[in-house]
Amino acid sequence: MTEERTPLLEVTDLKVSYGAIAALRGVALKVYEGEIVCVIGSNGAGKSTLMNAIIGQVSREAGDIRIQGAPLERRNYQVVRQGVSLVPEGRRIFAPLTVVENLTMGAFPRTDRSKIGEDLEWVYTLFPRLRERSSQYAGTLSGGEQQMLAIARALMSRPRLLLLDEPSLGLAPIIIKDIFRELRRINDEKVTILLVEQNARQALLLSHRGYVLQTGRVVLEGDAKDLLVNPEVTAAYLGTGAARSAKKA
Amino acid sequence: MSGYTEGIIILLCINAIAGIGVSLLTGFTGVFSLGHAAYMALGAYTTAILTVQYSVHWFPAIVAGGVMAMIVAYFIGVPTLKLMGDYFAIASLGLGEAIRLILENWQSVTRGARGYPGIDPYTTLPVAVGAFLILTLFMFNFINSRYGRACKACRDDYIAASLLGFNTANIRVLALVISAFYCGVAGALLGGFLSFIQPVMFDMMKSTELTAVVVFGGLGSMSGTLIGTVVITLVTELFRPISQYRMLIYGAVLVVIMVLRPEGILGNRELPSFFRRLVRRDS
Repeated sequence: MTEERTPLLEVTDLKVSYGAIAALRGVALKVYEGEIVCVIGSNGAGKSTLMNAIIGQVSREAGDIRIQGAPLERRNYQVVRQGVSLVPEGRRIFAPLTVVENLTMGAFPRTDRSKIGEDLEWVYTLFPRLRERSSQYAGTLSGGEQQMLAIARALMSRPRLLLLDEPSLGLAPIIIKDIFRELRRINDEKVTILLVEQNARQALLLSHRGYVLQTGRVVLEGDAKDLLVNPEVTAAYLGTGAARSAKKA
Repeated sequence: MSGYTEGIIILLCINAIAGIGVSLLTGFTGVFSLGHAAYMALGAYTTAILTVQYSVHWFPAIVAGGVMAMIVAYFIGVPTLKLMGDYFAIASLGLGEAIRLILENWQSVTRGARGYPGIDPYTTLPVAVGAFLILTLFMFNFINSRYGRACKACRDDYIAASLLGFNTANIRVLALVISAFYCGVAGALLGGFLSFIQPVMFDMMKSTELTAVVVFGGLGSMSGTLIGTVVITLVTELFRPISQYRMLIYGAVLVVIMVLRPEGILGNRELPSFFRRLVRRDS
């Protein structure tokens, strides 16, 4: 085996169960530095569980998770310090706080205070809308803006790896396009991204590689381009229109 | 100033210290406690025993009372603050009563249910006001600090807070320990004010009153807690002549506030922003 480089994130044989119900039955995946990788799958496939297990929100039953070869801690607040940051499902912003307060909250684990101002500037250039609304209460933002805020807040801890759980949840299609465009720009800024999505077509169009999760197992993996035209994937997750537009692209 | 007025001011300061302690935990960290009178009792008894038995000066004794409450709160908090929401309230209720019963039955040390007499009246007006000012100043700074914001984050959404790298369990324990210190000091001052303490003074009723003051003033507002303390203390004082009916009136006041302003007097605002809002509404 000639492994050219150690992956940024390597998950092997990850098992998680909720009581008697097995949610993940031995998942393995790799994310290399600079990549965008997506995990797609239907409801209950275990996508969110995978994210929560990586970040330490649910405890893993078995399996190994490594970040650049080093084992990833099991507690969520330690994982954040190791440079992994999750944008949770349903955004979970602090509605009674202002936008800028939400963002500074994201920098909580940081010790280099002087850099925080720089990073605030950085996320403002990524999301100019947030600068306009910086003193507004986060609860008064639109759904799309709240999602941007959740992503920006996660970026404030300067993660090496950004995890996103359903960033398109509850958003209008046109807003989803905006969010995904922003994700590409964030990736251009050298942040590796692992995202979990219901919206399989958008996710595959954005990603370099993809994994298909089914009832707690990875059933398919490969380049996103290949998955987009894979007959099994198109039938199960994309519908026929998607395959056509992918060919066009 | 008459002795009576002085007494009321001292009582106000004591209640306010306990109130802002509970406010940090309940209003700012979102943890409901129904057992904080026990921390007052611990502070009161520790200080009383130190000053009477070992003739320690009152100042270090009061600090020791607060520290004692902190230590006990720490050992109670570490296992129980894993409990979320109402479950911690139930646990704190049980633990509070347990501490009171220990004080009541540990005759050799606490002299049991008959109470602990002969405490030096060290709680003079300057002592009470001074303690109140210092502790309030510290609290206002704390809630606007990094850790104060962390407390609020745990209250608003502890999952999001933990995903941002906050150790939510530790932050909740920190809030409990600080609030226990405040209650311990308040208890110690109360002992010095009355020169006599008795376990029954620190029963569930007192705990409920502490939490009620915070809810009454507005969860997440320190100035609200202070106003709540003033109102509740004065209402109970005002109706002292008809003492049997005092609790009735106290209950009625709570009901009226909860019906008219369910978010408490100030809601989650502090006083300056509350006035700004009132002015804006008028114009």
